[in-house]
Amino acid sequence: MIKGKIPRRRLWFVPFLLPSMAGVLIFTFLPFADSVRRSFCAAVTGEFVGVNNYRTVFSNEAFRLAVKNTLLFTSVCIPLLIVLSFFIAYGLSRLRHIALIKSALLFPLAVPTAALVLIWQILFGDTGWINNILTSHGHEAVSFLGSSKALWVLVGSYIWKNLGYTVLLWLTGIMSVSTAVTDAARVDGANERQILFRIVLPELKPALYTITIISFLNSFKVFREAYLVAGAYPHKSIYLLQHLFNNWFVNMDLDKMAAAAVAVFSVIFAAIVLLQRAWDREET
Amino acid sequence: MKKRIAAFPVYGVMAALCAAVLFPVLLAVILPFQAEEELRDTLAPLVNFSGRYSQMDFLPQYPTIANFRELLVYSPEFYRVFWNSLLMVGTILVFQTLTAVPAAWAFARAEFRGRKLLFNIYVIFMLMPFQVTMLSQYLVIDGLGLMNRRLAVILPAVFSTFPVFLIYRGFADIPRDVADSARIDGANEWQVLRYIGLPLGKSGILSCMVICFLDLWNMVEQPLTFLRDKRLYPLSLYLPTLGAGNGVILLAAAAVTLIPAAFVFVIGQEELERGIIASALKE
Repeated sequence: MIKGKIPRRRLWFVPFLLPSMAGVLIFTFLPFADSVRRSFCAAVTGEFVGVNNYRTVFSNEAFRLAVKNTLLFTSVCIPLLIVLSFFIAYGLSRLRHIALIKSALLFPLAVPTAALVLIWQILFGDTGWINNILTSHGHEAVSFLGSSKALWVLVGSYIWKNLGYTVLLWLTGIMSVSTAVTDAARVDGANERQILFRIVLPELKPALYTITIISFLNSFKVFREAYLVAGAYPHKSIYLLQHLFNNWFVNMDLDKMAAAAVAVFSVIFAAIVLLQRAWDREET
Repeated sequence: MKKRIAAFPVYGVMAALCAAVLFPVLLAVILPFQAEEELRDTLAPLVNFSGRYSQMDFLPQYPTIANFRELLVYSPEFYRVFWNSLLMVGTILVFQTLTAVPAAWAFARAEFRGRKLLFNIYVIFMLMPFQVTMLSQYLVIDGLGLMNRRLAVILPAVFSTFPVFLIYRGFADIPRDVADSARIDGANEWQVLRYIGLPLGKSGILSCMVICFLDLWNMVEQPLTFLRDKRLYPLSLYLPTLGAGNGVILLAAAAVTLIPAAFVFVIGQEELERGIIASALKE
């Protein structure tokens, strides 16, 4: 009796975990493992072709363009978002009445992209409202969505959407820095800038790690704006990896998709591990 | 006395910033209340450019709800799409929470070999963008014969790993002793979850539901991939297909789409903020 009870008690978690784990295994993990296998096989015959798919993908011009644009986009918008939101959060941390400001900055997070598609077109379209202002002041009309400026519109919409999120994280980080320490420094004659750079910023390194990762992952969601406003084949400056995956999917280029998915997975995985390592080393 | 930077100019800068951030949202709320004739100057240039650029009145000359009447009375299509959205988002939220809560409880309470590894796998797939798992999910859905059915969008989302992670964060804060003492008093683990876990982890679960609702109400990639029939599209994908040519209806539909999201934002803002912080920061 008692002997039989112990293992049952130890395994109590199995029915708790099982539904979720089975779902994750069936819908994500196992098929992903299968697409790793697929990435080394020919799509039609299924025979092993080694790294051929990867070679095809890496020499594919659309892939190179999409990688270049995605890298350019992330390397512009993430530092911009992080720095901008830090200054805003630092400003807010000095104010008393910030509830309304926080709400306003966070609200774009709740706004479905589809609800603003027409507004973006009215504002940024070739014949749109901003061009109305530009031309009525004697400037040339600018093609915001049909030229390389499209990247900046996308950066803008990304920052618009994610600013509140990031400000909130920074603000929480800044508020958690012990006031006892900063007050002591002030008593010792440190000025505000010294306190910011010597005390507050070093304390915020762990926050920086997660903010970077979250900003990076959210940057993939700009596909929603890019796709809904500019379609499946936008101007080539905002043709991102997400467009490429979508178009390969429409054309059923599954072997290319498999190889590209594994490549993207590996890069993101490596980036996360490296960032975490770098952060852990700072800690010790 | 703490030395403060002069607050007044900072408030000024923040007010300007908030105004800029809310500007497009205000437009989305104001424009649908304008009469069709008034909107013509705004919308016609987008469809058919005749040398005049798009102009806007920020205040409606004669505020009217005619556009909403047009949408709600004469566009039965809109109801179907709205229903699609409600059905998919609602089903996903309910089943996602039902599977995630016990799983999160197990991760927070159980000790078994491979727990850490399993949890890390959850986190890694949580961190991957949709494009990475798009092909894998398609293969399963196609294999199950679910392509082009609402279930194709619902099922993979039900087993998204983010809710497990976020709810776990809430459960992990519950002191071990509290749950263990109930255990010693003879409660089984389901009862411990029901009477201790749920009340104490409630805020984590609510946060998760708010964040997931806002994201699901805005889903684009999944329906775009797994649904071919436009009649099954949710609002978030259907609206843009109307195009600027149907701008008047589109503006009204967009405003109606905004309502549930704004509603959840207003009543759930505290949970939203707590969830964002819990998902990103330790302690």
